[in-house]
Amino acid sequence: MTELATTPQAKALHEQFCRDVMSMPGGEKIKICQQCGTCTGSCPTSYLMDWGPREIIAAFRAGMIDRVVKSNTIWLCTSCYYCTVRCPAGIKITDLMYELKRMAIKYDLVPKDSKNPAMTKIFVDSVHRHGRNHEVELMTRFMLAKDRGLPFKYWQVGLKLFAAGRLPLAAKNIRGRDELDKISAYLDAQEAKSQ
Amino acid sequence: MRYLYYPGCSAEATGKGYDASARALMEKLGVSLVELDDWNCCGATSYFSVRELDSFAIAARNLAIAQQMGDDELCVICNACYTTLAKANRYMAEDPKVFAAVQGALGAVGRTYDGNVKVRHIMDILINDIGLEEFEKHVTRRLTGLKVAPYYGCQFSRPMGAFDDVQMPTTMDRLFEATGADVITDFDAKTDCCGGMMMLTREDAALRLCHELLVAARQGGADVIVAACPLCEINLEAYQPRVNKFFGTDFDIPVMYFTQLAGLALGVDPKQLAIDKQVVSCASVLAAIPA
Repeated sequence: MTELATTPQAKALHEQFCRDVMSMPGGEKIKICQQCGTCTGSCPTSYLMDWGPREIIAAFRAGMIDRVVKSNTIWLCTSCYYCTVRCPAGIKITDLMYELKRMAIKYDLVPKDSKNPAMTKIFVDSVHRHGRNHEVELMTRFMLAKDRGLPFKYWQVGLKLFAAGRLPLAAKNIRGRDELDKISAYLDAQEAKSQ
Repeated sequence: MRYLYYPGCSAEATGKGYDASARALMEKLGVSLVELDDWNCCGATSYFSVRELDSFAIAARNLAIAQQMGDDELCVICNACYTTLAKANRYMAEDPKVFAAVQGALGAVGRTYDGNVKVRHIMDILINDIGLEEFEKHVTRRLTGLKVAPYYGCQFSRPMGAFDDVQMPTTMDRLFEATGADVITDFDAKTDCCGGMMMLTREDAALRLCHELLVAARQGGADVIVAACPLCEINLEAYQPRVNKFFGTDFDIPVMYFTQLAGLALGVDPKQLAIDKQVVSCASVLAAIPA
């Protein structure tokens, strides 16, 4: 595992990541992290993480890109924003985690055993197809892609919800669902132009 | 009073009871909710994980429709929708690059949005527009003696903090105090995370968080947990048998959308509030409320 940005490729990747992080709204505040650990102490899932959020920031700043993107940390962030509202330096840590997730997906660096990246992609895909998230479709597609054991775990929960009419099988399509594809296509084109 | 209303995707499935009870509660208070035309998914947390600018732009499509309908406010019930839509507004206001990108993207589909539609959580409207005094006047069935655990969830006031404290919100406490309920005001798990979507991707992590919440509710002596987010509600309610299996516990605590319990206090018919669609029986709660 390359831990320091010593190879030219790792160095280039690190520079790219730094640019991406700094260009997100408020991203430059990562420079003033004083490593107090309030984020890790506030995080409800830090006990499962390879590295807590504080360590992720330290590793990121030190150029240990592999450690950052291959860790399970970013995929264990539930977006609860506790770290963000408590950070004394005002770093939007939840947004940083989102940025790292996006980069991990973009450069295909997601940990093989994590199911969260697949869920994320299926969700977005489902929204583009219907305009809204269809919960039954989301669960079915996730199950087929990542967890065939899901029905065995959740059949009782599912049956109860289905009986209560809380799991409608038919998806609702909005009229303007093609707009979502067009929005993405426009932003893709803008991004390509700027590079 | 009239508000433009964004139900959110869960309102059409697992969160149907939230939608039904929100509409019924507001109707009882003389407020009409007009559904936003052809609304799309806000993008939730997933979209942020894939494309940043797209997530703001697709959230803003809803705000553009609200603007087109001539409204400057949008009522939202789901915490995640609320945060996502409000965040699009905030980032558009804070960052000219985001503003320009969203403008351009919406322009590509023939829409415009100037950034001036205020996103309002239904709790904000109840407390600050209708007001507790007015709300209390409508209470016909006081919830005296009912121990209520007010569960706000993460994205109720984090990170926006627009109408309640970011770390220790109290609006739901005050709403139920106005119904005469015995609110567990020191329910310190009130903004702890339920695990969200991780219930499907990392069940062990999500069940542990739900377990901690249920333990805290039981320690407070809760007769019922009320939630302000469809994801919190489904995790805490429907997965109680899974929590019990994992942790050897015997939880069977009724969990309701806060609008359901508030609706009961206002004398709305339980069926209209979709209380029969809850999967943990709410019979004990109904029995405890005087007719």
